[in-house]
Amino acid sequence: MSHPAPRLVRYLLLASLLLIAGCSTTPIQEGDTAEEAFFTPEQILGDDTGTYEDKQVYDPWQGFNRTMYRFNYYFDKYIFLPVVIGYFKITPDPVEEGIHNFFRNIQDLTTLYNSILQLNGEKTLNTTTRLLVNSTVGLLGFLDIASDVPRSDEDFGQTLGYWGVGPGPYLVLPVLGPSSVRDGIGQGVDWLYYNEVRRRTTSMESWQETGMDLLRAIDLRAHVKFLYYETNSPFEYELVRMLWTTKRELDIKR
Amino acid sequence: MIRSLGLLLAACWAVTGWAATEPYGYPFDDPFVATVVGTPETDRAKFTVHVPTKRDSLTVFRDREVPDFLFYEAKLRYSYALQDKPAPLVFLIAGTGGAYNGGHITAQAKAFYSAGFHVVSLSSPTIPNFIVAASRTSVTGHAVYDAEDLYHVMELVQAKLLKKTKITDYFLTGYSLGGFNAAFVSRVDSQRKVFNFKRVLLINPPVSLYSSISLLDRMLENIPGGVDNFDTYYNGIVSAFGKLYVRAKRLDFSEDFLFQVYEALQPRNEELAALIGLSFRFSSAHLAFASDIMNDYGYVKPKNVRFTRNTDPGVYREVVFRLGFTDYFHDYFYPYYKKLDPSLNRHRMVEEMSLRHIEDYLRNADNIYVMHNHNDLILEQGEIDFFPRVFGERARIYPTGGHLGNMEYRDNVEHMVKVFTSALDGQPL
Repeated sequence: MSHPAPRLVRYLLLASLLLIAGCSTTPIQEGDTAEEAFFTPEQILGDDTGTYEDKQVYDPWQGFNRTMYRFNYYFDKYIFLPVVIGYFKITPDPVEEGIHNFFRNIQDLTTLYNSILQLNGEKTLNTTTRLLVNSTVGLLGFLDIASDVPRSDEDFGQTLGYWGVGPGPYLVLPVLGPSSVRDGIGQGVDWLYYNEVRRRTTSMESWQETGMDLLRAIDLRAHVKFLYYETNSPFEYELVRMLWTTKRELDIKR
Repeated sequence: MIRSLGLLLAACWAVTGWAATEPYGYPFDDPFVATVVGTPETDRAKFTVHVPTKRDSLTVFRDREVPDFLFYEAKLRYSYALQDKPAPLVFLIAGTGGAYNGGHITAQAKAFYSAGFHVVSLSSPTIPNFIVAASRTSVTGHAVYDAEDLYHVMELVQAKLLKKTKITDYFLTGYSLGGFNAAFVSRVDSQRKVFNFKRVLLINPPVSLYSSISLLDRMLENIPGGVDNFDTYYNGIVSAFGKLYVRAKRLDFSEDFLFQVYEALQPRNEELAALIGLSFRFSSAHLAFASDIMNDYGYVKPKNVRFTRNTDPGVYREVVFRLGFTDYFHDYFYPYYKKLDPSLNRHRMVEEMSLRHIEDYLRNADNIYVMHNHNDLILEQGEIDFFPRVFGERARIYPTGGHLGNMEYRDNVEHMVKVFTSALDGQPL
């Protein structure tokens, strides 16, 4: 998910910064010394004890991230998903499909400038073809006429990664979910670019822009097959962190 | 009279049917390949019906205290799909580590819904959600306790659904450990008689839990360099999948993902065994950890250390991944239940967690059917013979399929559905 209304994001960021203070990730110990569990780390891990942290994704702001992860769960459950489900109920399937294609076509604009920045001729050519065909014959992108042309997703975070910028600390963004400092910045840059393109090519009122952004957010959420706390793992936070970080590394190579 | 005549006819048909059957067409003879890859898209049963699945959750115990760390597991989640007219209902129970919305159970729900049944999908008692929300002891994997917990949940779900629809008959099925659970749930029902299951179908159940968990734990020994190399091995798998993902332009996590991976990598049997072991290791780690947090048992987490909603499980997570089902059995499960029943001993506990323990009941319960595979990996040598011996004609044993590999194969799905529909329309099976 990316790019909902920027004002909303600003408020949420502010609110979450206030939360950081009370987010310790250490367990609470009653008494001076921890009792021994049946299986202790020393006994099971032996020489490996202590190497554990090194193998993890770099996550120095874990307290904040875990709080935000939980916030996203509540937001998803009580606001985002009900809206998405309502949207599905009132919108006929072909219209949903058309709207999805429309926003994918817009996303191709982001892929295009990032393919160029990564000096990737093939992706630039394919994306240009898709954009030209779908924006014209495909009626502003509502039809994916060029579906035979391979589609890729490139964003500014990947561009930075391509040029050797490391991810930096893991970061869970409000509403948007897993990210990193690099990719968070990438998302911001993509968003500015998108807004600039929109400002120059259309003459929308600001309420129209906000409406379009909300619809885009709904469409994005509708196409992400993920539900918070449904992985059946008590280590979901770590699992998502590992999978997301690995996926980003691979997407950069891809 | 008519009933027994029907049974006789059914038996005759089954015998002649067996003899006349064409060779079994499931594509993988190797049990390791079958277990990991499952059924390729083209060989699967196909259904065009849209299943109106609804997700729901319920509070099983009003006074239950849920630990902060697992706050999101307070209610038991499940799903159901109802026909728009009165219909028979099938309860589905997932296997080890499986939730109500996993792949196998969703495929089953689709098949039964398409055949005109209401369906209810329930998670395995071994997953954290069930441990926290629905198990009386929160120490799951116990044949009798799990069955009673499941039965209780089924009664609660039934009460909710009866407000929405009419249910004409009840059926029950489960796969893997869910099949084992179904046998014991059926025995509970033979005494309590709330549902009077018309038929019960056990798909690839273990015979003895202890022998199956031992087999599964041992599969991880196939990791090159042994279990101590768990991390290296695990990272190796992630990077192998990763390379594939980078290379393939159109590869995504679709239904046929595993099949594509298999075709691209052509892994050896040892690697497949390690992969199966790994998948069960996830289940045992999740089970033991959730249970430990829930009961404050001191299995891997010290008793006087309390996890908050923000706690990083850190090193305890690493520890619990190094422990298997047999560790859980000996150093948590058995001592826990020994405390509840001081006369218990290890040997008796192993004996009781087995279908052999209720063999007489199973032999005489003519509503219980079995589907199994000759080369199922969770059975010890010779254990498969238990099924034809006890269930007779009610057991259908396929020559191949490994553990659950052929569950979505079209012939299997057809037979699975027929076991239930034939009880309704009086047609022979």
